[in-house]
Amino acid sequence: MTEQETMTAPGGLIEEIPVQDLLPRVIEKKIANWRLCQICAVTLQGLYELSYSFADGYEFHTLRLVIGSDEEVPSISQVYDCAFLYENEMRELFGVHIQHIAPDMQDKLYRIDTKTPFAEKRRG
Amino acid sequence: MAKQTVVPFGPQHPVLPEPIHLDLVLEDETVVEAVPSIGYVHRGLEKLVEKKDFNEMVYVAERICGICSFMHGMGYCEAVEHIMHVDVPARAKYLRTLWCEMSRLHSHLLWLGLLADAFGFESLFMQSWRMREKILDMFEASTGGRVIFSVNRIGGVLKDIPPEMLRDFLKRFDDMGADLRRLTRTFLDDYSVNERLRDVGFLTKEQALSLGAVGPMLRASGVCYDVRKTGYAAYGDLEVEPVVSTIGDSYARCQVRIGELFQSLDLIRQVGEKMPTGPIAVPVKGNPEGEFFMRCEQPRGEAVYYVRANGTKNLDRMRVRTPTFANIPAMLQTLKGSQLADVPLLILTIDPCISCTER
Repeated sequence: MTEQETMTAPGGLIEEIPVQDLLPRVIEKKIANWRLCQICAVTLQGLYELSYSFADGYEFHTLRLVIGSDEEVPSISQVYDCAFLYENEMRELFGVHIQHIAPDMQDKLYRIDTKTPFAEKRRG
Repeated sequence: MAKQTVVPFGPQHPVLPEPIHLDLVLEDETVVEAVPSIGYVHRGLEKLVEKKDFNEMVYVAERICGICSFMHGMGYCEAVEHIMHVDVPARAKYLRTLWCEMSRLHSHLLWLGLLADAFGFESLFMQSWRMREKILDMFEASTGGRVIFSVNRIGGVLKDIPPEMLRDFLKRFDDMGADLRRLTRTFLDDYSVNERLRDVGFLTKEQALSLGAVGPMLRASGVCYDVRKTGYAAYGDLEVEPVVSTIGDSYARCQVRIGELFQSLDLIRQVGEKMPTGPIAVPVKGNPEGEFFMRCEQPRGEAVYYVRANGTKNLDRMRVRTPTFANIPAMLQTLKGSQLADVPLLILTIDPCISCTER
């Protein structure tokens, strides 16, 4: 393994999973004491790609969902307290449909004039 | 039960250099809940990948923040370099490490000054910023900039530091060590500073982990985690041990940052001893294709850069999770149960960078 590969190995693993597996997999991570590092959304040709990244020590693992623009995703804020911030952000900036976020900021986290500015419909 | 009152805090407030709003729900003078709002100055920089090519995005990444601008540029570069399998020259890695630690020094000194200013210790504020000025002078001498440096590029760095300048820097950092010891003694031992920071804003280890805290906020609650241990830039060649405290209050967060000042001086000394000779960049051909999550330890904590490239000169997507954003849930937790008079200090103890948050 080269020095470059050693350096970047912790960022490596990205695993795509179906929506219905999200909660069970996240609960598994929580039970195994993984830390939620970040959740991010990107829009790609009418789809959303959501990445949930976890760290155990310096190991890094990302669970990836690819969903349609109208598809609903369960919130993981009941499992990881800090997820509410990322989930409210994904809903307000990208328009991702996330159910049962706790606490639900009711579109008041971002004080912006444009509704869902990063959603696919506004591109181009 | 006392009557509840909602007190709006911010977006403009003397202790906040940048706008963030909190609705503080109070019972008498005790905070029972804090509801945050951000987005007042959101710039949508990540969206610029649609217009700027992957080389130009280095300069966009640097403009996420004026304090850790170097590290934003470097984090983005390392993500793209990984995707393109670029072998960055060793000297470039060491130069990046040197500028990273200089950034940490000036960021922590800035924070110490702001903290002193917030509790009305003006001379301490001035002394902290006087020392920070010396680091900005060194940045100016080595990069030409004091805020935005523009020395990162995909494949290495754009400027070298001549040996005589490096020797001069090392001498200046040696002298700074003695000054720092005098300055930080006041932060750690002074009666009035202790009164304001000790036993205020507790965050337990379990809360810090569950709330996704990062950086000094996480380490001050007893979690030994510092992304520099993953060995990016030249950290793999250096001895880095996370600075940790188990107390978890505002004093502990101050103590950890002070410990990191001395750690940065030590890392700079190590860089000076081990700095290799050779080229500072390699030519990079073609366009990136693939995706990568890059993590780096900024002064405020772990930042995550997600880069996704499609083989053209424009990236598909770039996302940045900044440390201040990750620390907001932990900050809200420390506010619960605190007194209204302590709220400004508690907000400061996460070292908030709204510019990063509003990337």
